[in-house]
Amino acid sequence: MSTHIGKDFTPPCVPGKVTGEIKYAEDYKAEGMVFARLLTSPMPSGRVVNIDATAALRMDGVIGIFTADDLPPVAPPANPALASDYITYVGQPILAVAATSEEIAETALDRIRIDFERRDFVVDPLESLSPNGPDAYPEGNALVRTQEEGPEGSPIVGAQIKSIKWPQSAIDALRAGQEPVGAEFTNEWAFGDIEAGFAEAAAIIEEPFVTMGYPHHSLEARTCMAYWENGKCYFHGSSQSQSANNAGLARMLNIPLEDLVFINEATGGGFGSKIGPYPYMAITGNFSRVLNRPVQLRITREQEFYIGSARSGMQGWIKTGVKEDGKVSAVDLVIVNDGGMTGGGSGNSSAQHVTVAYQPENMRFRHISVYTNTTPRGAQRGPGQNEMAAVLAPMTDKLAEAIGMDRVEFRKRNVLDSDGFQGGSQGPVTSAFVREALDQGARAFNWAERSSQPKDLGGSKRRGLGVGLGYHGAGGRGYDGLLRIGTDGRLYIHSGVGNLGTYSYAATCRAAAEALQIPWERCEIVRGRSDRYLPHSSGQGGSNTIFTHTRTNWVAAQDAIMKMKEIAAMDFGGTAADYEIGGERVFKTADNSQGLTYAEAARRAMELGSKFSGEQYPDDINPLTQIAVQGMAGSGLVGVAKDNIPGVGQPPGNVIGFMEIELDIDTGKYEIVDYASVADCGTVVHPKNFENAMRGGAVWGVGLSGLEKHVYDPQNGLPANTGLYQCKPPTNMDVPVDTIAQGVNIPDPQNPTGGRGIGEPTQGAAAAALSSALRDALGGHLFNTAPVTTDMIIDHLAGNSYSSGAGTLKTNTF
Amino acid sequence: MNSKLTRRRFIKGVIFSGAAATTGAGVYLANAQNGAGTAERLINLNINGRTRPVDVMPSETLAYTLRYKLDLTGTKIGCNRGECGACTVLIDGVANYACSVLTHNVKDKAVVSIEGIKSADGTLHAVQQAFIDENSPQCGFCTPGQVMSAVALLSSNPRPTREEVRTGLSGNLCRCGAYEHYINGVLRASGQIA
Repeated sequence: MSTHIGKDFTPPCVPGKVTGEIKYAEDYKAEGMVFARLLTSPMPSGRVVNIDATAALRMDGVIGIFTADDLPPVAPPANPALASDYITYVGQPILAVAATSEEIAETALDRIRIDFERRDFVVDPLESLSPNGPDAYPEGNALVRTQEEGPEGSPIVGAQIKSIKWPQSAIDALRAGQEPVGAEFTNEWAFGDIEAGFAEAAAIIEEPFVTMGYPHHSLEARTCMAYWENGKCYFHGSSQSQSANNAGLARMLNIPLEDLVFINEATGGGFGSKIGPYPYMAITGNFSRVLNRPVQLRITREQEFYIGSARSGMQGWIKTGVKEDGKVSAVDLVIVNDGGMTGGGSGNSSAQHVTVAYQPENMRFRHISVYTNTTPRGAQRGPGQNEMAAVLAPMTDKLAEAIGMDRVEFRKRNVLDSDGFQGGSQGPVTSAFVREALDQGARAFNWAERSSQPKDLGGSKRRGLGVGLGYHGAGGRGYDGLLRIGTDGRLYIHSGVGNLGTYSYAATCRAAAEALQIPWERCEIVRGRSDRYLPHSSGQGGSNTIFTHTRTNWVAAQDAIMKMKEIAAMDFGGTAADYEIGGERVFKTADNSQGLTYAEAARRAMELGSKFSGEQYPDDINPLTQIAVQGMAGSGLVGVAKDNIPGVGQPPGNVIGFMEIELDIDTGKYEIVDYASVADCGTVVHPKNFENAMRGGAVWGVGLSGLEKHVYDPQNGLPANTGLYQCKPPTNMDVPVDTIAQGVNIPDPQNPTGGRGIGEPTQGAAAAALSSALRDALGGHLFNTAPVTTDMIIDHLAGNSYSSGAGTLKTNTF
Repeated sequence: MNSKLTRRRFIKGVIFSGAAATTGAGVYLANAQNGAGTAERLINLNINGRTRPVDVMPSETLAYTLRYKLDLTGTKIGCNRGECGACTVLIDGVANYACSVLTHNVKDKAVVSIEGIKSADGTLHAVQQAFIDENSPQCGFCTPGQVMSAVALLSSNPRPTREEVRTGLSGNLCRCGAYEHYINGVLRASGQIA
């Protein structure tokens, strides 16, 4: 009987959020703190020839200037903290000025004169691939491996920028929705025999598609504050993970790991943009060291658009064959990613979504990520998978129609199950119950009944029903757990998991409480700053925290339990196997009067020392965890272990969404009438927060499929929508606010709590369901774009093809 | 939001205060172009029921004064240009974006920030407690603003419908998308769901 898992509780930080008392990085001040502001590039491509800061430095109150010369050089295409020889997008930071007030710093920026040399620029990948098209970097437009590839997913080792051009015929073909014959790619894989697969097909569809990049726009911009004391850097930052930052940030500051105190009590959103230390942290920390004063580098909303990362867009073509029985027999997929100035296109993940959705018998994937002179790109909530979900769902509906199959049945026929595979390597999964989610969702949404209702609602209103799948790999292995039982008998769970709003930092700690059978009110989560002795953690990208860190806390608890049993065996005889725990005691199974309370066990651990109180620890834990154990050694009974739980396969996060919309064909506007989603994420560890994740992700799905996109002026490379208002993240008026969120709740066999992650696919499911519903409302029309905005709908209804994907595949522009 | 606060009125305020508006949206919505030459003036502000003397520049926004002069950091600056609502406070009981109000313009008014809505004995406001019970916040950065808009709504409409709550909170962006949970929180605070 579970005591903590699957039960609601209030994470300890929630009261501080509703009172405003919890502190984000920008809420901290330090004695003598100065204010730094960034000067950013006004042009999309070029280099700095000369900086004249004489007038600025003469101003009263100006303390100093910090430029690329003050940091180690960074070779392209790495994203530098401050640019000089390679300016690659409008808004790229060039220098920082520090002053006694932010007003003076801002004014000083106006007095700095910079001579630039302009370079050609490009905002559309296909334009760059065209013969004689501009390249985003002087060296080229794509990253090409120069060494043998490692296993799939391994980082690129040995690569250089090259200029790749396609024949005009290939560009024209892709824009027209045909295979780009003769095109060069940088990444290809295949399994099976696609020609044989297409030969078996009863129906084949062939479609172009285009999805837009867009910024994360976490509501808390990435302001940092740093100061130094006795050689240690105290750094207030905003990160998705408390601990995954530390090693990289220490390297940026050129200090040993133990000399960095990273403080991050709360993070105002991340969504993939704050996974690791971001380059701009180097400015704050190093500028503070140079000035020998605390420095706060405040990032404005506009700057957060520039430097806060963005989803990669894609232009592509897909050909899919389906057999008479509804099984997808072959997929041929081409993706050109818009990598912005950092590359990082997520085409492989997009292809992975296709493998999960269709489990195709044969598939080929060809891919290239092209640099453009637009903002840096990186992971954004389900990168690759979710935008693919948005454009694939209406195509899936078209396939189902082509063979006369219900759309839900078609998905059940093809989708991933526990024996299925994901990705080009056809790797296994830990478990998958997507068919169960489809069935449960169809019941909750009344799919059959709604499907029989008329589409014409009278007047200008049309009904549209959609169904969609969201998928993302949702779990990692091999991180560390660390906890302590104090002499007060309380459980102190040390967590390096960040507090970015998912509350998984708290939910994962419940695994330790469950294992140790200790009431939650006798547990304390120790977190928020690294000098509280926090273990190494995952970067908390990829929806992985629940799976990953319930395991780490579980193994740390098992270590503590074993140590308590060993202590009891020393005191009462027998071996550890003769003992068990319960009621916050460790006792002999044969005679429960012989035993110790947790408090007594902690005192005995301190007397015994060595491994019992953390003086000794396992060899295989991360250096950061080693520092943490060393710090807390001798303060109680310490449980510490690396997650070595055996198992294979990727833990998948899967969500099915069902949506009904009412579309007004006079205006192109639609209302989302209903949304129901069902997750296959194993055991739901924290129900209340599960619902929040499901609904928050659905809001993101509406943004992806309906609202959000980069818009650049192709003549000047200027972004047109740097603010929230123009970027259009959904408000509560854009989304349904009375929705259904359920879980299949079948435990995953490779997690002691049964849980897997779910953060990212929540978006993909809603995005897919919306684009599916739009096609349904429009009588089968495929836009093959994400987002589909109101003006595109009205353009289509007016008989204008300008806004549809086919024929242009234009991206990053109007 | 306060229907009396228009863009025109705000810009007029900036002009009267002798500063020029820019779109830079730094801490200073209205940036002083002449550097450090702007003079602060000591004024008394009525903040959370207390009179607080504070030196205020002509161009200073209320959000800036609260956060950086009075250390009331519960008020968050999400955009600093009237787009997100994270800085929402009450001015004479009406919800306003503190980033879009000049401090000099509120010297005769009662300002309530997130720090001012708990009872004197520390008891949370019904909205705050309901937001805890509904687990409404996610990252929490927009939460103080959501709380203030909800408090303003319930003071004028103690039993709003779900749609009225939606409208009442529509000026508060939540990038995490926790809208439904905030709306449920307001309905709980109004006693309509338990």
